[in-house]
Amino acid sequence: MPENRKKVLEVKHLKQYFGVGKPGMVKAVDDVSFDIYEGEVFGLVGESGSGKTTAGRSIIHLYNPTDGQIIFNGKDVSSFKSKQDKLDFTRNMQMIFQDPQASLNPRMTVEDIIAEGIDIHHLAKDKADRRKKVEDLLETVGLNRDHASRYPHEFSGGQRQRIGIARALAVEPSFIIADEPISALDVSIQAQVVNLMKDLQVQKGLTYLFIAHDLSMVKYISDRIGVLHFGKLLEVGPADDVYLKPLHDYTKSLISAVPEPDPEFERTRKRVPYDASIEKDKEGQPRKLREIVPGHFVRCSEAEIPFYKERAEKYETTEQPLPTV
Amino acid sequence: MGERILDIKNLQINFHTYAGDVKAIRDVSFHLDKGETLAIVGESGSGKSVTTKSLMGLLANNARVVGGQVLFHGEDILKKSEKQMQNIRGKDIAMIFQDPMTSLDPTMKIGKQIAEPLIKHKHVEKRKALAQALEILKLVGIDQAEKRMNDYPHQFSGGQRQRIVIAIALVCYPEILIADEPTTALDVTIQAQILDLMKELQQKIETSIIFITHDLGVVAGMADRVAVMYAGQIIEYGSVDEIFYNPQHPYTWGLLNSMPTLSSTNLEAIPGTPPDLLDPPKGDPFAARNPYAMKIDAEEKPPFFKVSDTHYASTWLLHPDAPKITPPDEIVRRRKVFAAMQASAN
Repeated sequence: MPENRKKVLEVKHLKQYFGVGKPGMVKAVDDVSFDIYEGEVFGLVGESGSGKTTAGRSIIHLYNPTDGQIIFNGKDVSSFKSKQDKLDFTRNMQMIFQDPQASLNPRMTVEDIIAEGIDIHHLAKDKADRRKKVEDLLETVGLNRDHASRYPHEFSGGQRQRIGIARALAVEPSFIIADEPISALDVSIQAQVVNLMKDLQVQKGLTYLFIAHDLSMVKYISDRIGVLHFGKLLEVGPADDVYLKPLHDYTKSLISAVPEPDPEFERTRKRVPYDASIEKDKEGQPRKLREIVPGHFVRCSEAEIPFYKERAEKYETTEQPLPTV
Repeated sequence: MGERILDIKNLQINFHTYAGDVKAIRDVSFHLDKGETLAIVGESGSGKSVTTKSLMGLLANNARVVGGQVLFHGEDILKKSEKQMQNIRGKDIAMIFQDPMTSLDPTMKIGKQIAEPLIKHKHVEKRKALAQALEILKLVGIDQAEKRMNDYPHQFSGGQRQRIVIAIALVCYPEILIADEPTTALDVTIQAQILDLMKELQQKIETSIIFITHDLGVVAGMADRVAVMYAGQIIEYGSVDEIFYNPQHPYTWGLLNSMPTLSSTNLEAIPGTPPDLLDPPKGDPFAARNPYAMKIDAEEKPPFFKVSDTHYASTWLLHPDAPKITPPDEIVRRRKVFAAMQASAN
């Protein structure tokens, strides 16, 4: 049960505003809180503009959060002052980026790209050790040892994303943020990369924050899922529950729009329209994430709890239509 | 299905590069009937976009059509001059591209952009053309259409822009609409809206659609027939039910197996990468990645074997002498659904 598992990351009331004080201020992430436990994959889904990428970047401190706390392994990330603290943080938390084309320096060899972290953290004894570490990493991610001396342009998109994964693994982190790691790849390659990430997670006991808009892929890899919309977290729960028993109207609508490779299911599918205006809080009834079923949270006000409880109960009594294959 | 409007026969296209000729399209044949939606499925580099660009006469300068015919109402499009093509393009055959931002002119009001094909192709008077543009803008579901006619592309969201692109493509009521990954750049909820819109408009103006995508989920909802492309060739084609519930080619199996569904617990990735088309393999192009490959797959390209009147697949596994193999679990499950469908149809 999650209660007795160790919390690796606690995000508390994270706010990330852009253009503060200007007329066009954007609340990209607005009061988002969630925890990630050791060894789990937490999926963050949302449409473009929902703030999922911003949330990931704020957590790893590529942005300075406007407000809120990010507590990693029990320490507040923004309190880090000394260089050593910051180095420890970056060594433990790594990121895999969306675009494997843009995230690898075209002028560096694969060896130098992967070993950059190794150099900064002084993890290699000498040149031979550095080379060996890089070659081992290449093998771990399913590339050849002799790829080390090549340049990024010599690789396909899927291979480049593997290099990005090897770079993230080089400093032996415990936590990896993957920001849409597969959306730039072809279908048959997507499965390869996702399976690689899943295998690595098991082998190395990693914890992932997996950010994506592809809901079926997120469900496949994640243990728990958070649904983000307009910078607010609307629903959090175990992956299966969020998908099969969605509580929030927005989640329902989102899932009803995911195309399934099943013609029979597509013919009978009913799309659920969603009106975002219901997200506006009523006066005196502040909304926040509240637990409806154990482990399954939805953003609602005190008064709305019975409504969601009833909805959750309905799922237990009625069968949900699933794809036939 | 209705009358046959497009017939592509043995199309072969090469791209000339410094490294040699890339054989991008290698003997591709398919047809399109009136009012139907044909989905062409494949990965990047499989040749699906090149095929459709040749229909529009929009091939890159280094492309050469080495052989084959593209018959549109019995006339070979490949033989037409650029001037003749300009009369077909946008009028009889229209296209929607993947990225709605780059396919609109940023310096032109969208009302004028929608009216432009009418003025150019149908010689409609400007005021009437703008009135028709307004009608179609309403049809594709842009709110306050009168007002928005005078807006520029950057004032619209991605989904709205794609609606405008669709409006431009459909304003002349084309016979064929080619949609090249029209929803790949959009969010799922917007994608669902655009797909519904396309289906609705297709019925209204009776156009035929060639839908290019790598997303099998989208195909399942849109297509009447499906052609699967790999390494510049069609390797299997059939009705949407035949491809999804009774697939025959191991590559089609692989594609279906590597797509996560809401109920899937296991993803089987296809190992390896597609072959280099500078020097295409001489046998079945998928052989190197195919766990079911036989000796002959490396030596000789399999012909199309008939599965049903509408379903053909190019794999030696269908040869009467081929050993019996058990497909992946996912495919076995799908075939069970197919058997049940057939039983209930009879």
